[in-house]
Amino acid sequence: MDTLAAPLTIAFDYTRSLGPVLGRFMAGLRERRVLGARTSDGRVHVPPLEYDPVTHEPVTDLVEVSPTGTVVSWTWNARPVEGQPLDRPFGWALIRLDGADTPMLHAVDASELHTGMRVRIRWTPARQGHIRDIECFEPGESDMSGSTGGEPVEIMTTPIRLHYTHTTSTEEDRYLRALEQGRIIGQRCPACRKVYVPPRVCPADGVAPDEVVEVADRGMVTTFCVVNVPFAGQRLTPPYVVAQVLLDGADIPISHLILGVEAADVRMGMRVAAVWRDRSRWSTTPENIDHFEPSGEPDAPYESYAEHL
Amino acid sequence: MRRAAVLGTGQTEHRTRRTDVSMAGLCREAIDRALADAATGWDQIDAVVLGKAPDLFEGVMMPELFLADAIGAAGKPLLRVHTAGSVGGATGIVATSLIRAGVHRRVLAVAFEKQSESNAMWALSIQPPFSAPITAGAGGYFAPHIRSYIRRFDAPAHIGALVAVKDRRNGALNPHAHLRQPDITLDSVQRSPMLWDPIRYDETCPSSDGACALVIGDQAAAEASSNQVAWIRATAMRTEPTFYSGKDHVDPRAGSVAASALWEAAGIKRPLEEIDVAELYVPFSWFEPMWLENVGFVGQGQGWKLVESGETRIGGALPVNPSGGVLCSNPIGASGLLRFAEAAMQVMGRAGEHQVPGAATALGHAYGGGSQFFSMWVVGRQP
Repeated sequence: MDTLAAPLTIAFDYTRSLGPVLGRFMAGLRERRVLGARTSDGRVHVPPLEYDPVTHEPVTDLVEVSPTGTVVSWTWNARPVEGQPLDRPFGWALIRLDGADTPMLHAVDASELHTGMRVRIRWTPARQGHIRDIECFEPGESDMSGSTGGEPVEIMTTPIRLHYTHTTSTEEDRYLRALEQGRIIGQRCPACRKVYVPPRVCPADGVAPDEVVEVADRGMVTTFCVVNVPFAGQRLTPPYVVAQVLLDGADIPISHLILGVEAADVRMGMRVAAVWRDRSRWSTTPENIDHFEPSGEPDAPYESYAEHL
Repeated sequence: MRRAAVLGTGQTEHRTRRTDVSMAGLCREAIDRALADAATGWDQIDAVVLGKAPDLFEGVMMPELFLADAIGAAGKPLLRVHTAGSVGGATGIVATSLIRAGVHRRVLAVAFEKQSESNAMWALSIQPPFSAPITAGAGGYFAPHIRSYIRRFDAPAHIGALVAVKDRRNGALNPHAHLRQPDITLDSVQRSPMLWDPIRYDETCPSSDGACALVIGDQAAAEASSNQVAWIRATAMRTEPTFYSGKDHVDPRAGSVAASALWEAAGIKRPLEEIDVAELYVPFSWFEPMWLENVGFVGQGQGWKLVESGETRIGGALPVNPSGGVLCSNPIGASGLLRFAEAAMQVMGRAGEHQVPGAATALGHAYGGGSQFFSMWVVGRQP
């Protein structure tokens, strides 16, 4: 049987501080000009290097090269994927622009490629001083010349999206399927005999767990934090209490929310019970437990949880 | 074992946003200063070791690839080190090991973080499928453990604030520090917002762009130096799982075991008496008393008393973080190497306004992950 799996997308609009060299390069692209770095050995590098690879000195000499160049080598991309310059089959080529000594990698929008082919930059209509101002290359010679001037670009934004499939382990899968039935299970390590909730390969002994143990949906707060601060990626509105809850029958606490009580009244050793969502909404997720709240039992003595701090 | 020494150190002006430089430029600001301080030329560097915290912080997978040229590694061995927040310390130790193994004569160690390129809180809060949507942020991870420390040893509530006042005032003496607050007071810290109870705003580290670099050399290179070097008397690294049943989050075993190994290797019997200054990795104020105990300067439950006595200020029995520490500058990947560099600067007598007079033996310390990785070294004026 396959274990449970679900997609995970991680995305962020990262920024790039460009510094003096790349800042001028990006500003040039905005004006349809390509700048290369001339280094101490006389070579012109496109895109520019920030530091001379021979002398290690900062590069200061930027020279303009042509937006037209020659294909040095290439390969064919028959099935483009998300984030690539073109959404139809295209060639990836190493292109040496006229006036440059090093080739740069880019996409060529053509039905076929050959080494020695002459290609030119196809500029993005609305340029903003970004590497994506170069939409791609296309066959032909450039007849356009760029305008001059423009302040260096300080920051460039580069959105990144990563798609994963998260596949659960057999232990995690078993735990989630029990949660779907309103049960919480752990598994015992055959070496140290500790019950891990959720079950997992024992982090201390490095062995797979065996005996499945049902644990209670109540326990004690070992320690906790009152979150008063908003931050990126947060799912709840502060203030709220995130506690380490040691379930009866488990040997390691889980993190959960403590609600139904003023944050100022939450205590170490407080006895709490799970508040489950309505049964009709249960699925293979820890979200079946909405939060924990005080059970009304007397507080657990410090000695009973001291070894879990 | 072969001897190794820090020949020179360099660090950037740490700020919230260093939009004037690229990642390469940030590294080079530190590297160029380290090479100058070490009076060492590029042609004398045999290898480069680069440290940086999780790649998700800048969104650049394997930044060592695109940085290789700029950090002078072309044609030389380049190693990338990665141990979360302790990575700067681990980077210094890997470079030291290359010298002590007799592989190289001079190694450049550099570590950086450009936090302004994204948001570390976001990067540390990625929620995989099938997990409960319970996020508390970086401070939220450590706040419960601080609460445990306070409960275990009945520590007074103002201890964390005392550390914050000391470190921020120390930072005001350090021209590289991100936060420089000479006028901070116990009262102003205690009036700052409670972010992750029991951690207040003024007791948390900033988010910084910054880099640090060291040139580490062998005995011959050290003896050829016309400036005072910092002899590396011992190094230690230890690791433990982030979570396991019975883990002591207040006094992590990996930290205490690493410290014991460190003191033994350095021949130090009474750390509190023999160490003149310590740079401890303290991202939240309360970790100063916790680490004072964990590394063995004082016994269990005595850390907060040493803080309260004022003995961890400059001029006290054991000045801790005269540079201002992580509480004043936190370019995460570089923060550990900064602790190691500041320890070296103290024994070289080149710590400027925050110099501890007569410092001859110093501790540099770093930790990372959920108190998972520990790295530390002892440096001295004498081998």
